[in-house]
Amino acid sequence: MEALPFDLQVLNALAALLLLLSFAMLSQRRIVTLVDLLAVQGALLCIATILLAWRTGATHLYLSATLTLTLKVIFLPWLLHRLIRRLGVYWDTEPLFNTTGTMLIGVLVVVFSFGLAQPIAALASTATRNAIGIAVAVVLIAFMTMITRRKAMSQVVGFLSMENGLFFGAMSATYGMPMIVELGVALDVLVAMLVLGVFFFQIREQFDSLDLKHLESLKEDQ
Amino acid sequence: MNAFDWVAQILGILVALLAAPLFLGWVNQCRAWLQNKSAPPLLQPYRGIRKLFYKDAVIASNASQFFRLAPYVVFGTMVTAAAIIPSVATRLPFTRAADAIALVGLFATARVFVSLAAMDVGTAFGTLGARREMMIGFLAEPALLMVIFVASLISATTALPAISELLATQSLALYPSLAFTAVAFTMVLLAENARIPVDNPATHLELTMIHEAMLLEYSARHLALMEWAAALKLFNYVCIGLAMFLPWGLATSQEPFALTVALLLLGGKLVLAGAGIALIETVSAKLRVFRAPEFLATAFLFAVLGLLVRLLLGA
Amino acid sequence: MIQALSSPLTLCLLLLTAWGIIGLAGLIRPSSVAFAGRTLFPLGAACGAALAFVAATSLATPGEQMVLPIGLPDLPVHVRLDGLSSAFLVLLGAAATGISIFAAGYFRRGEGTPPGLLCLQYHLFLASMGFVLVADDAYGFMLAWETMALSSYFLVTTQHRIPEIRSAGFLYLLIAHVGAIAILLSFGVMQGGSWRFTFDAMRSAQLEPGWAAIAFLLALFGFGAKAGIVPMHVWLPEAHPAAPSPVSALMSGVMLKTALYGLLRVTFDLLGEPAWWWGLVPLALGLFTALYGVIFAAAQTDMKRLLAYSSIENIGIIIAGVGLAIVFAGSGMPTAASLAMIAVLYHALNHAFMKSLLFLGTGAVLHATGERNLGRLGGLIHRMPWVAWLTLIGALAIAGLPPLNGFVSEWLLLQSFLFADELPRAFVNMLLPLGAALLVLAAALAGYVMVKFFGVIFLGQPREATLRSAHDAGVVERIGLAWLALGCVLLGLLPMQIIPLLSRVIQPLGFSGLVLDDGSWWLLVPLPQRHVSYAPLVFLAVILAVVLLTIAAVRFFYHQRVRVGAPWDCGFGRLNSRMQDTAEGFGQPIRHLFNPFFAMIRELPSPFDAAPRYRVVIGDRIWRGLYLPLGALVRRVASAVAWLQQGRIATYLLYSFVTLVTLLALML
Repeated sequence: MEALPFDLQVLNALAALLLLLSFAMLSQRRIVTLVDLLAVQGALLCIATILLAWRTGATHLYLSATLTLTLKVIFLPWLLHRLIRRLGVYWDTEPLFNTTGTMLIGVLVVVFSFGLAQPIAALASTATRNAIGIAVAVVLIAFMTMITRRKAMSQVVGFLSMENGLFFGAMSATYGMPMIVELGVALDVLVAMLVLGVFFFQIREQFDSLDLKHLESLKEDQ
Repeated sequence: MNAFDWVAQILGILVALLAAPLFLGWVNQCRAWLQNKSAPPLLQPYRGIRKLFYKDAVIASNASQFFRLAPYVVFGTMVTAAAIIPSVATRLPFTRAADAIALVGLFATARVFVSLAAMDVGTAFGTLGARREMMIGFLAEPALLMVIFVASLISATTALPAISELLATQSLALYPSLAFTAVAFTMVLLAENARIPVDNPATHLELTMIHEAMLLEYSARHLALMEWAAALKLFNYVCIGLAMFLPWGLATSQEPFALTVALLLLGGKLVLAGAGIALIETVSAKLRVFRAPEFLATAFLFAVLGLLVRLLLGA
Repeated sequence: MIQALSSPLTLCLLLLTAWGIIGLAGLIRPSSVAFAGRTLFPLGAACGAALAFVAATSLATPGEQMVLPIGLPDLPVHVRLDGLSSAFLVLLGAAATGISIFAAGYFRRGEGTPPGLLCLQYHLFLASMGFVLVADDAYGFMLAWETMALSSYFLVTTQHRIPEIRSAGFLYLLIAHVGAIAILLSFGVMQGGSWRFTFDAMRSAQLEPGWAAIAFLLALFGFGAKAGIVPMHVWLPEAHPAAPSPVSALMSGVMLKTALYGLLRVTFDLLGEPAWWWGLVPLALGLFTALYGVIFAAAQTDMKRLLAYSSIENIGIIIAGVGLAIVFAGSGMPTAASLAMIAVLYHALNHAFMKSLLFLGTGAVLHATGERNLGRLGGLIHRMPWVAWLTLIGALAIAGLPPLNGFVSEWLLLQSFLFADELPRAFVNMLLPLGAALLVLAAALAGYVMVKFFGVIFLGQPREATLRSAHDAGVVERIGLAWLALGCVLLGLLPMQIIPLLSRVIQPLGFSGLVLDDGSWWLLVPLPQRHVSYAPLVFLAVILAVVLLTIAAVRFFYHQRVRVGAPWDCGFGRLNSRMQDTAEGFGQPIRHLFNPFFAMIRELPSPFDAAPRYRVVIGDRIWRGLYLPLGALVRRVASAVAWLQQGRIATYLLYSFVTLVTLLALML
């Protein structure tokens, strides 16, 4: 078996770790840990971006690595931690589905996304094309994380993790998005976070809790 | 097959027989150190076994012949496994007698005999231990199979000697799949050997234990054999792990020099592995019995992720 | 003439006819237990052994055809003996030998059907199964198939005075017939417009892929109903406990395999080359069936129901193997396909021995104690050592433990699952390993089930005082059990001698077969290029050697003193046999872990209850979710049609008149 160049091996290992982190987030019920996992995911992305930049010589990737570092590793986790402290939500309540079952469905989702990514990967020309499947899986599992949670805070974390997955997908398929798109997305995420932060306070003021099941009572016909 | 091969084979079995209690003693010692306790001597397991052999056996009045036969069969099974696992050399006469799947089957045989023996006396503890042990078993086996699957994907065989030889000789590479499966294997190892997150080898509180509950009725030589078999099982599992994930240094020929080097290296690896097990046991808490399925499901997940990553990335 | 008589096919037909004659001979003295038991059943067993021997010698023959001048005018019955038929005839003959020997000592006076009639039904059942295996046209096949269903129906309802047994028999007959209709339709599709119903015509018919798929799915449904694939499994746990134990053994050990034979015959022989995606259906169904069966087996409290569910599990494993073989064969992977196929045949053979053994074991227990409920058994190893130790072999074998036989076939099947990564199909190649994990889960759960089965019946303390007077099985019964146990051991220890035979059996069906590394007679190397090997003899030899050495060492170095004391009771002092785990207790982890599978009714006593009672009823969700609505639907449709029934003869005559006129009008 021919050995891959070492940097590609590291990239593959990073991709695998990203997938593992997604599962860790899917099973984690402590919101504080969830945010930490998100920061680690951002950090892995950052390393992957730097490696890829070094490999391809695309300088704009360094810029996006810096962006990832400041926004996803430092600022957003800090913001989320602050919110958690001020809102006092450290734990999510019991998940909607049993954890083991969710994980097994997660495995099926991974199989699905790997199968889905195979034709896409055949079209791409990058050295990292195999990782597209992992990116799709990360996005879908983040989606599952959002579905299975009750607390608004963990859903936000799931949302951010989904964005990480998209970012990783773009990176492995085409060595990153155009800079302007990337900046736009980063700005969107930032603004969304700030707006959601305001929302949290509003929701809590209204219902004395961040549990989203209270939103169900807003339905028209009740 | 010449005479020397057989000598090496028998030496290998003897090494396993003698090293297994020592390894257990080492794990216990490390654990005591890590927990700031004064450690029992390294040779304590030998003393325990020796003492037990000299005692009078007390057998429950309604025990059948099965009860008295089981320790010998369990012990024999574990020795057979030790003869097959390539712990020192990969080309001994018996190493071809079973691949990894058949080894899992061999361990299952031992497990069924222990569980049945536990049910023989007909007390609540025995049956309770038996059904818990069988539960851990059927949860661990799928995870273990996935571990074997990954190894087989990488080396196109489930024969342990071939896997070790291939992994030891090819160029060094990062295998996230192997790393994941190594984690899964470690978790299975802990569960199967009644170590801490799943069972506590040091407890004698009847309601929480699994392995000890099954041995409650055994005494003297029968207990000694059961304990020795348990030590051998731990040793065997660690050796399987070493053959799959740290195969460097295994002797591929029967030259005395290669064998000596392999033996020394094995000692070194075992020292590290024992310390690792003690560390994991110290930092983790024992789970409730019905958390054990989640623990093993996580092991299964790790192994499956390793498998899928291997299939997708080829890494 | 002599030559024609000595051909294997003729011999097989003669032996099958001999079974029929033995059966009819039972009618000479219908109420004599001694005549049937001492004379006819042993004769039947001898026929079985002869059949197994004759069929074994013709495993490698290319196939021998014959036209029998019986049946309707211009519709003679075609028979044919090829490798596949021979393999299943060996299974039938060998298992029937053990079961008939056991039955010779088993049937007693005063149990429903008189012994002579029972003897007729029993041997007719055997003979019809044999004719199913050699039939070479759809008419002969269906005739034998229906005879098999009917004779086994009467055997199931031996104790027809009990209403539950009658309804169990009815359910069995109903599902058997729904299945038979599907098989008939499948044959109808396969004749491909030639309107000739010999198998030869079907082999040469060129079906469009769509029709071939329909024929396959119909066959899977029809044979699956007989084999007990979920969701057509509901009759098994009802019929098996109802039937006398030798009949349960025959049904579970042999009759389910005739359904497998039919499926293999249709898929690989009559339809020719199956498309790869057909395999996905049996694969998924089989894996689900295996898991479903074993989970329910673990929750049962009736020992024969437990075994019936265990049969469902094993059929699941076998059907999954068939699916795997189709997937691999259709994807151009001959080695993997052959491996899966050999595993299927091997497991079928294994299951015939081990399940018959276990059912006969429960029969012996039932005779000795009159109990089927696990909650009232226990400790029988002291009273019935022969039955206990022989049953132990069966239990260990079916739990898939080396060096016994159940492990060999599971090992082969897992090895073929390991070819998943070479499969050129997206998704499937990644899902197959998960399927293998399901298979291992089912196999490991089978270990759990067997520990429960053996432990609760034979080990521990007797749960009822009456068990202390239980007696061991008679000598004749022991021989029957020992024959089957010997089969389990030999099939486990000698796979290297058996696999080449099976490999030759599957070659005419379009498989490449396996080339074993024939370097040694004790080491099984099914895939030389993969270096995998397995040596059950080494397992046995080393374990035995260590056991003997250890015993000798203990004798030589230490004393042998043994004191007998009371079991450890934590100082409580009033330990009794009611405090052991019950069968329900042993099933508790399973009920907890696989809760969604069960429709469970549980009554927990309140702490203040003076006479506390615990009751748990395990229901089958499929029965409630599928069969009850289906039954209600049939009832509604029937009551809608019921207005036709007016009760006046004039009205009925009018119906006939209208029908006649309509038909005449159509003719014009």
